[in-house]
Amino acid sequence: MTFRGWLLPLALIAPQVIISAVFFFYPAGQAIWQSLFIPDPFGLSARFVGLGNFEFLLSDRFYRTSFLTTAVFSILVTLCSMVPALFLAVIADRLIKGSGIYRTLLIWPYAVAPAVAGVLWLFMFNTRVGVISWYLGQLGYDWNHVLNGGEAMGLVVVASAWGRISYNFLFFFAALQAVPRSVIEAAAIDGAHFWRRFFTIVLPLITPTAFFLLVVNIVYAFFETFGVIHTITGGGPQQSTTILVYKVFSDGFVGQDLGSSAAQSVILLFVVGLLTVVQFKYIEKRVHY
Amino acid sequence: MNKFLLGAFAATTALTPIAASAETEVQFWHAFTGRLGELVAAQVDAFNASQSDYKVVQSHKGNYSETLNAGIAAFRAQEQPHILMVFEVGTATMMGAKGAIKPVYEVMAESGASFDPEAYIGSVKGYYTTTDGDMLSLPFNSSTPVLWVNRDAFEAAGVDPDMDLSTWENVGGALEALKAGGEECPLVTAWQSWIHLENFSAYHDVPFASKDNGFAGLDTELMLNGPAQVAHLTAMGEWAKDGKFIYTGRRNEGGANFRAGECALFTESSAGYAGIKAEAEFDFEVRPLPYWSAVAQEPQNTIIGGASLWVMEGHESEEYKGVGEFLSFLSSSDVQADWHQNTGYLPITSAAGDVTRAAGFYDDNPGTDIAVIQMTAKEPTANSKGLRLGSFDQIRGIIDEELEAIWSGDKSAQAAMDSAKERGDALLRRFESANR
Repeated sequence: MTFRGWLLPLALIAPQVIISAVFFFYPAGQAIWQSLFIPDPFGLSARFVGLGNFEFLLSDRFYRTSFLTTAVFSILVTLCSMVPALFLAVIADRLIKGSGIYRTLLIWPYAVAPAVAGVLWLFMFNTRVGVISWYLGQLGYDWNHVLNGGEAMGLVVVASAWGRISYNFLFFFAALQAVPRSVIEAAAIDGAHFWRRFFTIVLPLITPTAFFLLVVNIVYAFFETFGVIHTITGGGPQQSTTILVYKVFSDGFVGQDLGSSAAQSVILLFVVGLLTVVQFKYIEKRVHY
Repeated sequence: MNKFLLGAFAATTALTPIAASAETEVQFWHAFTGRLGELVAAQVDAFNASQSDYKVVQSHKGNYSETLNAGIAAFRAQEQPHILMVFEVGTATMMGAKGAIKPVYEVMAESGASFDPEAYIGSVKGYYTTTDGDMLSLPFNSSTPVLWVNRDAFEAAGVDPDMDLSTWENVGGALEALKAGGEECPLVTAWQSWIHLENFSAYHDVPFASKDNGFAGLDTELMLNGPAQVAHLTAMGEWAKDGKFIYTGRRNEGGANFRAGECALFTESSAGYAGIKAEAEFDFEVRPLPYWSAVAQEPQNTIIGGASLWVMEGHESEEYKGVGEFLSFLSSSDVQADWHQNTGYLPITSAAGDVTRAAGFYDDNPGTDIAVIQMTAKEPTANSKGLRLGSFDQIRGIIDEELEAIWSGDKSAQAAMDSAKERGDALLRRFESANR
């Protein structure tokens, strides 16, 4: 349809524009402005340093490593939360009786807040009193995520992915239910076995959902896993679990270094922007709607 | 980040209680929950009941870091409380904030409340006093590290629990014997940087940072990679490798192990007393923190950890009178003696220690005076007055990382401390340029 005049269309898009401006453009602009200064924590004075904050950051080898850490972490969290979710959804989809109970139980972990999930896993893997680390000890494996960076990474990945499996499960399950039975039945009559049907018919048909989940999960791994990392490792040992967002927090709110923290948010903004472009330009091409 | 900021502002604004009485209200933000929170509330109630001109309103704002953040965010929104509790590592940040804080000595002078700077214990107030002797914030809860001994664990391993543990040389021998006797956790620690570097340096009278540990200027540099510190950390690293020192984490995670009776020795704050006494089902004892006799003939004093009360700028003079009265009340001997006995924190005045001794508390609770003696036996030197370093919360994080590299065997003590110095100095320079 076409509108006469500008007033109505403007009024209709205004809420979205205002929300974006207040909650996105204004803070982002502030962050860019702040990143050019070294302010004192109380906001009493600020010294203009130009790109000094960026220079300071990029010359810090721990900051550069943090990019790699973030990439490894995000990929692992996305994989560990999507693959099991798809597997569970496929199995639940085949159930004839009791699928409601399974669905309900599988969705439960999503109700657990990230920080709480972090504490939960921390207790199980506590180096001295954890149940799982005790069993590992019985098997002759000395679990110590407090000192071992690889184990720490593994633990935060599992703790972050765990609750997320439920969320992904829900979407995959809905997508699977939407796949037309007639197509699958036709393939079955032609003699295609289950996994063949899955890879050639079901999987292509649920790619839009999978792509949506990929984007959402990467955003989740980037920004919302903060609580898990804060409770389990605090970014350690030796910054092996310090992802970019965690560093923004620890420099800004523990170290009171708001200049560096703002500069990091700006860098993060660009990283996420780039990632979104890549996702939509390259990966989305493989999605069948 | 900006989402966080907005949230912080919203939260602090929403939580500020609304004044609704004829009495002049004084807002007091602190970081205590549980038993300590109850004790703070009791102090405030006692003050409010003792007079009718002022009403102190206390509110809990989260842990130490969160309380400081709440105070900073509130100041930016011009909603700051009158009194803010800040942990000792935030001292340099607060000192740098001229225009945001009102030094305690000024508040006391203007309010006319009774205030005698000489009454406070030197090594406690030293942390919060300028080099000219002006007290900037009022020490509130202060503790110092001591050595906790599980006597039953010693006996189980066939080691004499009465053996001399005053030096690290002797402790090294004890660890060897404990290990040989089948003890799986001979030594555990809490707050590794605070105990094994910051206090270690003061206790052996070696500098932790240049410019009198930062007291004499912002252009300070870390000196924690000196021979004394490196030798200690090298020994600790070897103990870690041999399974004699068990590393459990950066904070006081080790406390759970010690209280459960799993570990024989534990270096932890004297304020661990309440928890250990309540939970330990074994015979325990407090000993002074060990020192290396090869480094120092006898130990210097240890330094404190804990928090102090800062008065914030931007309120009416009538309200500052109330603040002065309240701080004066907190410093009185009886209030301090109660606090000291209930919590295991150090008394902030010598008089409070005397009251406690006279009441027979130390005789009934042996070892509770060790921390006081350890702090006060010697007049503090430039190396043992305390630390005043900007961004110190972050620098502690760096030190923790480097210490972990020593415990895991990734780095030598020298390499780790050299790296800690380099990384810490970079932050000190940033703090210097932010506060110039």
